[in-house]
Amino acid sequence: MLRFLFDQDTWQEVFDSLSKNKLRSILTMVGVWWGILLLIGLLGSARGLENSFNRLFGSFATNSVFVWGQSTGIPFKGFQEGRRVKLSLSDAKKIEENVDGIEFVLPRSQQSTVITRNFLSGSFQMAGDYPLLDNLQKKNLIHGRFINQNDIKDRKKIAVISEEAYKQLFEIDEDPIGKYIDVNGIVFKVVGMFEVGNVNMGPSTDVHIPFTTFQQIYNRGDEIGWMMITGKPEYNIKQIEEDSKLLLKNLNHIHPDDTRAFGSFNLGKEFSKLTGFLTGMQFLTWFVGIATLIAGVFAIGNILLITVKERTKEIGLRRALGATPFEIKRQIVVEAVFITLVAGLFGIISGGWILIALDHFVGQGEDAAIVNASVSIAVVFAALLILVILGTLIGLIPATKATSIKPIEALREE
Amino acid sequence: MLKINQIHKSYKIGDSSLHVLKGIDLSVEEGEMVAIMGSSGSGKSTLLNIIGMLDEADEGEYILDGLAIKDLTEKKAAVYRNKFLGFIFQSFNLINYKNALENVALPLYYQGLKRKERLEKASFHLEKVGLSAWGHHLPKELSGGQKQRVAIARALAANPKLLLADEPTGALDTKTSHEIMAFIQHLNDEGKTILMVTHEEDIANMCKRIVRLRDGVIIEDAKVNQVRAEQYV
Repeated sequence: MLRFLFDQDTWQEVFDSLSKNKLRSILTMVGVWWGILLLIGLLGSARGLENSFNRLFGSFATNSVFVWGQSTGIPFKGFQEGRRVKLSLSDAKKIEENVDGIEFVLPRSQQSTVITRNFLSGSFQMAGDYPLLDNLQKKNLIHGRFINQNDIKDRKKIAVISEEAYKQLFEIDEDPIGKYIDVNGIVFKVVGMFEVGNVNMGPSTDVHIPFTTFQQIYNRGDEIGWMMITGKPEYNIKQIEEDSKLLLKNLNHIHPDDTRAFGSFNLGKEFSKLTGFLTGMQFLTWFVGIATLIAGVFAIGNILLITVKERTKEIGLRRALGATPFEIKRQIVVEAVFITLVAGLFGIISGGWILIALDHFVGQGEDAAIVNASVSIAVVFAALLILVILGTLIGLIPATKATSIKPIEALREE
Repeated sequence: MLKINQIHKSYKIGDSSLHVLKGIDLSVEEGEMVAIMGSSGSGKSTLLNIIGMLDEADEGEYILDGLAIKDLTEKKAAVYRNKFLGFIFQSFNLINYKNALENVALPLYYQGLKRKERLEKASFHLEKVGLSAWGHHLPKELSGGQKQRVAIARALAANPKLLLADEPTGALDTKTSHEIMAFIQHLNDEGKTILMVTHEEDIANMCKRIVRLRDGVIIEDAKVNQVRAEQYV
C-alpha cells in the first residue's frame, strides 16, 4: 500500500482523471473548501469574541461581590424597622477572618465632591481606597502611580485622577503629576492619572485618595461605604455572599431573614451568565462547523457517485483490461482523499485569510469586538483528519457500487 | 488452446428466464481464426463474454490453455483477463482523456510494469499498428480506423494468448473495415489465436473457420477458404 502511495503512476492516474474532469473536481472541492472555511471562520470569530470578553473582564477579580448597607426591613432585638445599617471596618475584618474561601475584603468609601484648581472646577465622585484596589480592578495608569501603603499609613493628601477629571481640571498638554487640586479647601497632590476602561464594576470613581485620608477628612471614623468581597477562584461566590451577609446581620443586630438590610451586586453571578453565553456560543459554533463539514463530505460522496456513474464504462473497460476490484476501489478512494485534502488545505488557507481580514477590519484598537481571532492548529488538523477519514468512508460507497456492476454490463452501457 | 463443453447460460428477465446458450461445445486450436456468426439473440455475444471471462456460465466446462476456468472471483478473473486475453470492441472503448500511447499502456499498468517499461512496450505496439506518430493524440483526434488500431495495439500490449473481437468492424465503413481485417489477418499469420463475433458474411469469410449459432445452439461449424482482405485495400 505504501509503495502504491509513493508510486508516480498512482498520482499520474489521479491527476489525469481529475484534470480531465475539471468541472466535477472543482465542484467537489468547493463543497469541502466551504466547509473548512466556515469552520475556521466561525471558530476564529468565537475565539475572537471570547478574547475580547476576556480582555474586558480580565482586569477584574470576577469572583467578587459588592455589599453595602441599606435600611432594615424587620424589627429585631428592640430595634425598629427602617434603621440605617452602617458597615464598619471591623465588619470587613471579621468577614475576612471568619468566612470560608475569602481572598480579600476591600473596604471603600465614596463621596461626591467639588474639586477646583485655579479657575477650573467640577463635581466628581471621590473614593477612599487601599492599594489593593489596583489588584482587583486593574487601573490603567497613563501617568504616575496608584496609592501605596505609605500613603495609607501617613494619611497623605495625594490623589489619583481619571483622564476625565484631568480634562476638566487641567489645560491641554499640561502634565498633571505633582500639581495640586483643591478638594473642599484641602489641597491634594496629583500622583497618578488613569484611563477609564470600557467596563466598570460598581459605581465609577473619578478621583482616588488614600482610604485613611478619606476617613479622616470626612470624619467617618470606622464607618465604610461598601465592601468588595473577593473569593478564591475555587469557591462559589454565591455561598460567600450568603455567609458574609449572615455574619454581617449577626454583627449588626439584624434579623437573619431580613433581605432589605444589605444591598449587594454579585459580579461573579453576572459574570457566569456571560461565560455561560460564551460556552453556548462555542457549542453552537462547533455544531454549525461540524454540520457544515459533514455536508461537505456528503457533497464529495454525492459527486463521486455521479462520477462513478459517468465513468461506468471506463471502469468496466479497466476491469476488462485486468484491473481488480480492489485496484478500482483504491483508485476512487485515493481520488476522494486527494480532492478532500487539497480542498481542505485551500479551505485552511482562505480561512486564515478571513481571520486576517477580520482582525484587520474589526480587530484593531481598544474597544474591538473581536480580539486576536484565531484557531489552534491542532483543531484545524483534527478537522482535516476527520474530513479525510469521512472522505475515505464516503468514497467507498461509490467505489463499491462501481465494482458491483459486472464489467460486461458496464461495457454495454452507452 | 480453448475447449468448452456443454455450456449453458440463461438470463432472468422479470419472472421468466431466457435460455440463451443451450449446451455449446467448441474447441479452438492455437493459431486459428474463428468467426462466430448468428443473428441478434442467437447467443453469440454471450458466448464471447463467457470466453472473455466477463460473464460466467451457469453450467459446463471451460478450459483455456490447459487451465480450468471456474469459480472465478472477481480478482482472479481480472488477473486471467489481463494475462490471457486481449479485447477488441465494436465501439473501441478508448479512455477519452488518455492519449493513444497511454491507452495502449493501460493493461500493462495493471500488470504492474514500471512506467518507462510500459511506455516502451506501448510505443512498440503502436508502431506495429502504424500509429507511432499519433501517440500523443487523444482519441477524439483520431479517425474510426485509427481508434480501432489503437484498440488493437492495446489488446496486443499484454501479449495475450487469445484475442477476442466483438464486431470489430461494426462501427467502420467498408474500406476501413477491410483495412482492420487485413491487420487482424496479419496478426493471425504471426500465430495469434483470434475469436471474433460478427454478423457480416464477408467479414466472417476473412476468417479460417465459421461457427454459426442459432437460438443458443451451434448449427454449423466449418472451415472456410480464407478471403484475404488485402485485395480490397
